[in-house]
Amino acid sequence: MTRVKNLDDLRKMRDQLQSKTNLRDKSEKPEDMVQIKVAMATCCIASGSRDTMNFFVDELEKRNIEAIVTQTGCMGYCYAEPTVEVTVPEKEPIIFGNVDTPKADEIIEKYIKGGEMVDGIIPVNYQKID
Amino acid sequence: MTKIKLTIDKKEVKVEQGSTLLEAAKKVGIDIPTLCYMHLDDINVNHKPGGCRVCSVEVEGRRNLAPACATEVADGMVIRTNSVRVLNARRTVLSLILSDHPKDCLSCAKSGNCDLQNMAIRFGIRETPYEGCEISRYKEDFSPSIIRDMDKCIVCRRCETMCNDFQTVGALSAINRGFNSVVAPAFQMDLEHSTCTYCGQCVAVCPTGALTEVDHTNKLIRDLANPNKTVIVQTAPAVRAALGECFDLKPGTLVTGKMTAALRELGFNYVFDTDFAADLTIMEEGTEILNRLSKHLAGDKSVKLPILTSCCPGWVNFFEQQFTDLLDVPSTAKSPQQMFGAIAKTYFADKINVKREDLVVVSIMPCLAKKYECQREEFKVDGNPDVDYSISTRELAALIKRANIDFMSLSDEEFDAPMGESTGAGVIFGTTGGVIEAAVRTAYELHTNKKLPKVDFHELRGMQGIRQATIDFDGFPVNIGIAHGLGHARELLEKIQKGESEFHAIEIMACPGGCIGGGGQPLHHADLSILAKRMEAIYKEDGNKVLRKSHENPSIIKLYEEFLGKPMSEKAHHLLHTNYINRSKKVIYIQ
Amino acid sequence: MAYKMHLLVCGGTGCQASESAALVENLKKELEEQQLDSFAQVVMTGCFGFCEKGPIVKIIPDNTFYTQVSPENAGVIVSEHVAKGRRVDYLLYKNPEDNTPIAESKNMNFYKKQIRIALRNCGIINPENIEEYIARDGYLALGKVFQELGAENTIQVLKDAGLRGRGGAGFPTAIKWELTRKNEADQKYVVCNADEGDPGAFMDRSILEGDPHAVIEAMAINGYCVGATKGLIYIRAEYPLAIQRLKIALNQARNYGLLGNDILGSGFDFDIELRYGAGAFVCGEETALIHSMEGFRGEPTLKPPYPAQSGYLNKPTNVNNVETLANVPVIINKGPEWFNQIGTEKSKGTKVFALAGKVNNVGLIEVPMGITLREVIFEIGGGIKNNKKFKAVQTGGPSGGCLTEKDLDISIDYENLIAAGSMMGSGGMIVMDEDDCMVDVAKYFLDFTVEESCGKCAPCRIGNKRLYELLDKITKGKGTKQDLEILQNLGGVIKDTSLCGLGQSSPNPVLSTMRNFEDEYHAHVHDHKCPSGVCKSLMTYEIIPDNCVGCTACVRVCPVGAITGNKKEVHLISAELCIKCGACMERCKFDAITVN
Repeated sequence: MTRVKNLDDLRKMRDQLQSKTNLRDKSEKPEDMVQIKVAMATCCIASGSRDTMNFFVDELEKRNIEAIVTQTGCMGYCYAEPTVEVTVPEKEPIIFGNVDTPKADEIIEKYIKGGEMVDGIIPVNYQKID
Repeated sequence: MTKIKLTIDKKEVKVEQGSTLLEAAKKVGIDIPTLCYMHLDDINVNHKPGGCRVCSVEVEGRRNLAPACATEVADGMVIRTNSVRVLNARRTVLSLILSDHPKDCLSCAKSGNCDLQNMAIRFGIRETPYEGCEISRYKEDFSPSIIRDMDKCIVCRRCETMCNDFQTVGALSAINRGFNSVVAPAFQMDLEHSTCTYCGQCVAVCPTGALTEVDHTNKLIRDLANPNKTVIVQTAPAVRAALGECFDLKPGTLVTGKMTAALRELGFNYVFDTDFAADLTIMEEGTEILNRLSKHLAGDKSVKLPILTSCCPGWVNFFEQQFTDLLDVPSTAKSPQQMFGAIAKTYFADKINVKREDLVVVSIMPCLAKKYECQREEFKVDGNPDVDYSISTRELAALIKRANIDFMSLSDEEFDAPMGESTGAGVIFGTTGGVIEAAVRTAYELHTNKKLPKVDFHELRGMQGIRQATIDFDGFPVNIGIAHGLGHARELLEKIQKGESEFHAIEIMACPGGCIGGGGQPLHHADLSILAKRMEAIYKEDGNKVLRKSHENPSIIKLYEEFLGKPMSEKAHHLLHTNYINRSKKVIYIQ
Repeated sequence: MAYKMHLLVCGGTGCQASESAALVENLKKELEEQQLDSFAQVVMTGCFGFCEKGPIVKIIPDNTFYTQVSPENAGVIVSEHVAKGRRVDYLLYKNPEDNTPIAESKNMNFYKKQIRIALRNCGIINPENIEEYIARDGYLALGKVFQELGAENTIQVLKDAGLRGRGGAGFPTAIKWELTRKNEADQKYVVCNADEGDPGAFMDRSILEGDPHAVIEAMAINGYCVGATKGLIYIRAEYPLAIQRLKIALNQARNYGLLGNDILGSGFDFDIELRYGAGAFVCGEETALIHSMEGFRGEPTLKPPYPAQSGYLNKPTNVNNVETLANVPVIINKGPEWFNQIGTEKSKGTKVFALAGKVNNVGLIEVPMGITLREVIFEIGGGIKNNKKFKAVQTGGPSGGCLTEKDLDISIDYENLIAAGSMMGSGGMIVMDEDDCMVDVAKYFLDFTVEESCGKCAPCRIGNKRLYELLDKITKGKGTKQDLEILQNLGGVIKDTSLCGLGQSSPNPVLSTMRNFEDEYHAHVHDHKCPSGVCKSLMTYEIIPDNCVGCTACVRVCPVGAITGNKKEVHLISAELCIKCGACMERCKFDAITVN
């Protein structure tokens, strides 16, 4: 039995538990944080997009980055799967192709944390997907 | 006590904090009408549910009208009790109540004595609005003592307060909701199947004809006219102290002589007195008390103390239903009414040579439970009851009026012999504390073989709900308890159950003030000062008597010599004692 | 590791009635079968409010809001949305204006103007899991009250916030707490009034079902502030789901040491008991509620004495409504300034309403005080069904009043509604359109109060019955001019003389419709006509001779043989025999039957 002994105890408990539900709050205001959309069509999944998504979700939390990771349907860049759209607050969305887990790690460390550009951007006349 | 100043109908009034607007208005001579309100100061019953809304008054600055009976005064209040708004509201509310009340006043038992009728007169109601709308309909409920005609109930709930708060009997409470609300036993059972003790306190406070007594007057008229019947009557002590009120005499006027004359005029063959039987009760009960006391003190564990009186039938019904573990505690002596009947239909019947079945014994009682008591199976011989039926003080008054007897012009007459002779001890049975005082007067002398230095025991008298006194029986202190009202009785009984009672003997009466406040008495209309005056009258009658101790009653002495032998003899036991039956009630659901 | 996706499924009573429990099971099964059960989590939450379109499934993190989801839809949601990130278009809400799908609730008119404070956790957390409540700052306010604020400051916070009772009368909550605090006694009680009785209202039920811990936490705060160690929740037995969730929540709170002895090391002991009501409307009145809890007949007594002086078992008792309590923890966490910037000058915060009647979007809404009726009905409610014309809105439940077109732009708060002749009440809001007969509407509400009057005081017991009978007479075309006068006077007297709030407000529907729709009453009384065609007794079915071809179809369908006529002759309807069932009109192909 988890008896809460005092207010500090309660606060600690809340902080621990928050990760389990804060997704529901974050999703209400995605524009305030880093938004990552992972394309998740059959072909993407086949190329490992679910691993990529899981990696993002878990690692962003571990590295204390306020972010929200959603999935979306086929983005149409089937040649460069898994594809991921990253939106850092107040910046234009950028699409990365061939994002496996090392690439994802690089995106987090360099682009999201450091603001540096990373290889693999799919530029062109891309339009944001809802 | 802080005084509060307020203005009522432009009159300034100062009253104590905590007073109600109704009380404050009364102080400056403003009589705000009420219907459900009932304040019985002497017995601490304060019933102000704010249900009828007839007492609504206007309070300056308040959004809606306030019920005067239950609104407390506040400093600087400005009250209007007769503004157009108030009068219209009152009249409308009264019309509403009338719209849900039968209009057959002419044939109602309460006609002329009905608070609702009086209110309608006071408001000058000339038409019944909302005509054609249905009246809530209920089944009439006939019990041996009380008739419930709930079509006439205005849901003032006074009866409920008496039954639950004062008597703690719990037979009556409001059931159903809204328009179909009515006061009834649980599940709308009949009274007979409920825990009702027939004490009649509900009837005593009912403002309308919803609760009335079972009327035996027509039966009595027929019996009196029957040449084959010998009809004899006994009158209870409390009747003579209240009957005069029905003839506009002041409360507390004794009318013993006129009552006797009227009864003779009505055609009774013999006019006797229950007081005679009360003296007989003392002989039996007093002896029983002494026996139990001495056995108990001698260490006989089978004998229980305290001993409780048993002359009140409401009280007997109460413990037979609700204290079934204490059935061996009350005295086995029958009530005076039943002792009278038992002696009348044996000793007296033989004396005048009339067969039991041709002798009709009628009792005039302040009580409605007596109507039930005389019907009990154990008080019948081969189906023939010792007392044929009982009529109330109110019924007697009605009967006298019906027989064209001008009560006021009657000359005083005496009771007949032999069962009309009584002592002062028999008279005081009519009031709380009287039975035990009468018992003490006799028991003392029988126990000590000494003459009482003083007959009056003021320490046993009064109106307090529970009283106690210690009487010195020549060196032995006897602890006596007295309770009137079954709620007070309950307190004493629960102590006995817990083994905490320090009393040797307890007197219990079901009604406030004892029999003088019985359910069959002229209606007090919530003025309990009337009871105090009746009590005074009873003690006056006692004081006027030459003989004031039961064992000195020559007719009683003769009865023992000629017939019974001695108190608690086998014959006495057979005729004058009874046993109690577990009558605890189960819920019977009747649709 | 945390789930990457949450499927929130409404588990309120309404959606459960539409098989949301089965939907949850199916979703779980599908996730398992498609091996996505460690990726996505199914959570049964409290009410989302959009009951018109239940059951609701909301998918986090992309916020997709699916409506009217059946258990059979579980497969497609998992295989399409969860597995592949493709929204299932046909399960999305369609904008009634242009029929385009709207994916996220925040873009729906129903939600746009809502602010959810009392309902903050409803539809977001699993009410049966205390950890989800704690994760969202649950019981933090209680801890703050113990360690930082203390009782008096807490009451001050509520006072500064301007919180008023949400049960109907709008009495300032802090003052009520203060009064109970000031009365010394060996035992005091706090009571949560969950006897929600307005027809069609389910604000309190939804809070208890969706966020029971909010109420429990608030009661503990309440108990601490007024000095009561015992709490009671008076809830109607006909709310089984709310009761079940409360029981679970109470046990969890006890296990976590958030109820019981020495809560959070404060030295304060507090626990809560449930008391079931039998569903009497009048038991929402606090004195009646207390009597009912004591085992007596549920009927009100005069105040004073107020419960704060002498309540449950004659001890000082503080009774608060569910919604009021649900506001308390947030106010303490976010501060009074945050709360009192929402709302109007005298009415702060939000109010939950059960929006019902002839609007497109029926459901439970929480809106800031000060919003207009027009916004509620036409934006949140999506306007009147079937493009009919708005006629009236009844606020304040059966004892409120009917407001009309002219009142649509008043901003909703306690004072404004009373000024307009209605009241806030506990949050019932019933919208009526041109097809509703206002006399019939008044009769409907009176029928309810007649049924629910406790019978204690004469004006309410008999008066309401008489009002009902007079209205019935009028709807049958037998009313007279005098009846209208009697109605007016009687209504006024009942309000003026009744013992409790029930009778003091029960004539409101009659009086307000008489005021606002006088012509309709006159039409019934003088012309013996029901303009809306609702009152059957006032209708006559007639045959238009020019259109009748004499086909005898109507003759054959009439169940009472009221129509006569031979083939190819014009038929005739006997007004005496006709029971106005309308079967003939339905059958006639030639529009030859009219109703007047």
